[in-house]
Amino acid sequence: MPAMPLDNVVQVTLLSLYVSGCATLLGSSIGIPLGALIGLKEFGGKGAIKTVTYTMYGFPPVISGLVVYFLFSRSGPLGFLGILFTPTAMIVAETLLVIPLTTGITITSVTEVDKSIKDTVRALGATPGQSVLTVMREAWVGLVMASMIGFGRCIAEVGAAFMVGGNIKGETEVLTTAIMMNTRQGEFGYALGLGAVLIMVAMAVFVFLRWIQERELL
Amino acid sequence: MNAAIELKGVTKHFKDVTAIKDINVKIAQGEILGVIGPSGSGKTTLLRMIDFLETPDKGTVALDGSEIRAGSTAADRARRNIGMVLQKPVVLNRSVANNLAYSLLIRGWQEDKIKARVAEELKRLGLSERKRKNARTLSGGEMQRLSFARSTIYEPKILLLDEFAANLDPKNVGLLEEQIRRYALEDASRTVVMVTHNIFQAKRLCTKVALMWEGEIVEIADKKTFFENPTDPRSSAFVSGDLVY
Repeated sequence: MPAMPLDNVVQVTLLSLYVSGCATLLGSSIGIPLGALIGLKEFGGKGAIKTVTYTMYGFPPVISGLVVYFLFSRSGPLGFLGILFTPTAMIVAETLLVIPLTTGITITSVTEVDKSIKDTVRALGATPGQSVLTVMREAWVGLVMASMIGFGRCIAEVGAAFMVGGNIKGETEVLTTAIMMNTRQGEFGYALGLGAVLIMVAMAVFVFLRWIQERELL
Repeated sequence: MNAAIELKGVTKHFKDVTAIKDINVKIAQGEILGVIGPSGSGKTTLLRMIDFLETPDKGTVALDGSEIRAGSTAADRARRNIGMVLQKPVVLNRSVANNLAYSLLIRGWQEDKIKARVAEELKRLGLSERKRKNARTLSGGEMQRLSFARSTIYEPKILLLDEFAANLDPKNVGLLEEQIRRYALEDASRTVVMVTHNIFQAKRLCTKVALMWEGEIVEIADKKTFFENPTDPRSSAFVSGDLVY
């Protein structure tokens, strides 16, 4: 069994963290405010929107990859951007997977904040904007959980990353796609080593997010 | 002089249930009005109307002679001068000090002023030692006193109390009643509307008493008249202790 090339492992790990981290940040930045809006506002069709959001939890990564591939391929509507087979395309594809998760978990989290808290905040004279922020703060554990689950989906994702990234060595190769390729090539030891790194990286990020979850913001 | 609070013909339904029906009441500045009555008689809805947390189906609510509609920006502004304490102690998931600071923070107070005001209030509550503890670690009575202080720290002109002492032990009830007396005495223009099931508490704290029955105010009078010469048979039964509900 050949030794693991350390510099390659480091590069692949850092790219995995970069792509998953950016996708989680973007997906949370869109999904959390969107979820808070859906969860706290009353409007027609809210039930249908919630059902669609929850259904999207099972959105197949390969379809997300397909959509991004179509959009950014040379003949696609956004092909002029030339980002297909770059980490940026991978981030876009994974962001699409994170948004339904962060939106849905946020809807549930803010909805579950006790009505007496919502009433008290309004009664204390908070503006509508301040009320929303306070309820989100009360739902903090759930909101961090939304990001954690979003990150978990990204770091473990292979279909979309492979499709729009192409697993180009030194450019778009991430831990999951590298594990897949090395397994196919019979490099089981290397693939297992990368698998161990993947688990450790994911756990380290989760420990960090859990630490954030337990902190008081104010 | 305009009444501090005036409700004219206020009616509110929740689906098929009439919560309050054609309420007409004027509450003068400086008054402490006790609202008594059976559960489901519309007492809490009445308070929520005054705090503009509910929109009346009919009728109007006015503060100092100005009619205000629930949901309007005027209602949001008016609520900044109203304090409300619910039956269940409600604290935010943050420290004791930050719970108190919250009311001032949302009013845009400067940080040094917030710190000074919060320190003063913590001392008064006897919670200075535990200011950094999460407020959810306090006992029920302490939480309710904290809720009360958070609703009065910005010195609102109107204070609404919804069975604030229903689940508390006598010691905490006494401490809270002391907080209410102090709040009312500090400024004679402050108006209090308190819902209570406790006839003795109404006697101890209120200047005026109203009995609500099936969504209507069936009698409202100054404390002495209400307890000594009630005109409505239900009030008489309530005062004599014959009314069981």
